[in-house]
Amino acid sequence: MDDKLVIAGREYGSRLLVGTGKYKDFDETARALDASGCEIVTVAIRRVNLGQDPNTPNLLSALPKGRYTLLPNSAGCYSADDAIRTLRLARELLDDHRLVKLEVLGDPGNLYPNVRETLKAAEVLVGEGFDVMVYTSDDPIIARELEDIGCCAIMPLASLIGSGMGILNPWNLQLIIEQSRVPVLVDAGVGTASDAAIAMELGCDGVLMNTAIAAARDPVRMARAMKMGVEAGREAYLAGRMPKRFYSATPSSPSEGVIASHKS
Amino acid sequence: MTLNIYVNGEARSFDGVSSVHDLLVALGLTGQRIAVECNGEIVPRSRHAEQTLAEGDRLEVVVAVGGG
Repeated sequence: MDDKLVIAGREYGSRLLVGTGKYKDFDETARALDASGCEIVTVAIRRVNLGQDPNTPNLLSALPKGRYTLLPNSAGCYSADDAIRTLRLARELLDDHRLVKLEVLGDPGNLYPNVRETLKAAEVLVGEGFDVMVYTSDDPIIARELEDIGCCAIMPLASLIGSGMGILNPWNLQLIIEQSRVPVLVDAGVGTASDAAIAMELGCDGVLMNTAIAAARDPVRMARAMKMGVEAGREAYLAGRMPKRFYSATPSSPSEGVIASHKS
Repeated sequence: MTLNIYVNGEARSFDGVSSVHDLLVALGLTGQRIAVECNGEIVPRSRHAEQTLAEGDRLEVVVAVGGG
């Protein structure tokens, strides 16, 4: 079956994108990524810890070389300028790597995106030749503006980052999915496999998650569950669900030929 | 000669450091997967040796870490 996710001209077999934060150690990170079947993994860009032992294990060397497409993010940035600088550093760090996840936050408590700064940063980064997958609110008007700027994927939140509250506004997500000509991926808020399945059933092109896997009691097992959830949701979406029939039951078994003890 | 610069927000003094390359040697970061910014501008890896540092320069040296 040929059902590929295409982002910035490149095809991916998996529609699950996974973050590399919050695992117990790099070994658990690697095993969870493997179990998830993902092909794109997010990484963050941070200051080198000065004075640390140069032999301290490093995330990039802990991941199997060349297996994953890296998606560096601007997580933790609260202004367009900081996000732009961070992603330029990522591009240099990863040898002219252009695919990035733009994220500009607006509040340290709820981590809600600052869409005004996000729009500014998107404009600059697209102009510099970056392929920008953009984290944003579930506002369809902003989503359209980000697409018009030239972002290669729109990634609305399902609920707050790291909250695990699931898909809080499927109606808005559907508005964004229906209008978009670039892939739409739910980023943030997924808590368990059914949330991922619901996102995919709505018609999302993919799901990006980190905490839902890393904070599970058994992250490797949850990674596998998420893989199946995303696949099940995608299949259900492609299969086309039956229409809902409100207050109107229809039997699955034939109505004729039922034995009856007191037929006249 | 002592060079006073800021590295990752910390005021630091170095002796015998005149280029970005020298700085990375002094910090024990040669051969590591890192990226360098000087006063807000990227210093490409190919230019670490020729990019000279001046008093008061602000450097950022970053690495990829786990994140979502």
